Amino acid sequence: MIGADLSILIPEIVLSLYAMGAMMLAVYTSKDAMAPALTWATALVLAIMGFYIAVTGGGENPAFDGMFVDDAFSRFAKVTILFAAAAVLLIGLDYMVKHDLLRFEYPILMVLAVVGMMVMVSAGDLITLYMGLELQSLALYVVAAVRRDSVRSTEAGLKYFVLGALSSGLFLYGASLTYGYAGTTAFEGIIAAASGDDISLGLLFGLVFVISALAFKVSAAPFHMWTPDVYEGSPTAITALFSTAPKVAAMALFARVVHDAFGGVVDQWQQIVAFLAVLSMFLGAIAAIGQTDIKRLMAYSSISHMGFALMGLAAGTAQGVEAMLIYMAIYVTMNMGTFAFIMTMGKDGRSVTQISALSSFASREPAKALALLVLMFSLAGVPPLVGFFGKYAVLLAAIEADMAWLAIAGVIASVIGAYYYLRIVYLMYFGETREDIDGKMSLVPYVALVACAAIIGLAWLPGINLFGLEASAAQAAEILLR
Amino acid sequence: MTIGLEHYLTVAAALFVIGIFGLFLNRKNVIIILMSIELILLSVNINLVAFSHYLGDLTGQIFTLFILTVAAAEAAIGLAILVCFFRNHGDIAVEDVSNMKG
Repeated sequence: MIGADLSILIPEIVLSLYAMGAMMLAVYTSKDAMAPALTWATALVLAIMGFYIAVTGGGENPAFDGMFVDDAFSRFAKVTILFAAAAVLLIGLDYMVKHDLLRFEYPILMVLAVVGMMVMVSAGDLITLYMGLELQSLALYVVAAVRRDSVRSTEAGLKYFVLGALSSGLFLYGASLTYGYAGTTAFEGIIAAASGDDISLGLLFGLVFVISALAFKVSAAPFHMWTPDVYEGSPTAITALFSTAPKVAAMALFARVVHDAFGGVVDQWQQIVAFLAVLSMFLGAIAAIGQTDIKRLMAYSSISHMGFALMGLAAGTAQGVEAMLIYMAIYVTMNMGTFAFIMTMGKDGRSVTQISALSSFASREPAKALALLVLMFSLAGVPPLVGFFGKYAVLLAAIEADMAWLAIAGVIASVIGAYYYLRIVYLMYFGETREDIDGKMSLVPYVALVACAAIIGLAWLPGINLFGLEASAAQAAEILLR
Repeated sequence: MTIGLEHYLTVAAALFVIGIFGLFLNRKNVIIILMSIELILLSVNINLVAFSHYLGDLTGQIFTLFILTVAAAEAAIGLAILVCFFRNHGDIAVEDVSNMKG
């Protein structure tokens, strides 16, 4: 029996053993000298695991009495997380080397964070959920402060740590109330205790605390305050990570908790999630307008995008979850391309993150400017780019769930948000002539930028049809809302 | 007077609120923030153990053991980051953790 359970956990076990083995190997041999090779190897292992899960996975397999669940939903999230993490490692490698940040611990911590994320999205019990969440968070706190000699990076790590620990505390308090009033920590037991119109006050409090904690993790307003500082202070390669894989994991976890554990009381959490969605969309869109640093701008942009993803969740239907998953996959692709560019912004080997530095960039580097233009238009949701289809899916889900007001708010927020994306495009094409960045890009980020822009620009074509993303997202959403 | 579940829950809720206030109202020292975080986690542990006892179910106590272990790891990482910050900054007053406006 235990063998069957363990075989369901093969990807997590392999990655954990790999992390420990790699650490031993690096410590006892050449240490930081082998960091670039280790980074490539790690990205390869992560990608292989992604393929392994995508190809061999099937059906619904609970392990350890339902504490850990492997189903279409968790597989969708895991494949997205694994590929995003592998891509971040490769794209960021050059940045880390150039800024003398590449220590061998970096890829290892990344693997541990990824294992945490995989446990999170597969959790079938509050205890599993907590362990996954903490493994991910603890690894990411350290990664945020990886530039040990910089005030800003350590400050980012400290802020992330304090607010992350607070959100863990909120989650745990909610979990303890849920346990007390449901009598169990298993999601199956909680959904049996929390169903119908009558939900006990204790469970309701537990639900609210858990949702607040998850809103922290996805950086939804009003729990977003750590995001801009952590994005700005961390090295850009790390910021690229923060804005992709952990967001997918936290969002998937959010969906799993509200549907798997509290699926019987949709009315109770629907209003809270809709409130978070509206607040995040507007705050992200409005606060980004005044930003001068592109990393801070991307932080507010991701708050706004999380609002849209939450809109799908607020619909409370299978269609809504499907839209949310599609949105997250598209969001990760767009952010990956954008950060591949931001990482290489610089002059004479120094990083530049001022938005004004992009002025007249198109006249010097037309190809790169065009790729960035595609990504910015897609982030703003301009049709026919793929970003539009993500927004369309969540808006449709909200309307079908009789939440037209939410969809209208989303459209307004999206129009406000378009301003700052278009400002970047305006600066690149019509800004005054300056040479603040030299536009040099090494091969991997360049390939990533062009590939992401190509996917975003072309994947809507009828023959490609988003690479079958919709079908697998629909399958994943269906399993969650049985 | 017999001490029932609600007394334990009240103590835990009080500790939790003290911890939250400690996080937000404290303007002096980051170490106090770490102490507040511990207080929050301990209030959760009291909750879990009390529920576990009154439900006659061991899961809550197992959860508590996991939380204690993770809290130790969390404190270690928090202090490590704090030491790095102190080396760069020469001070750990909360007002000074604001090189970036937030």
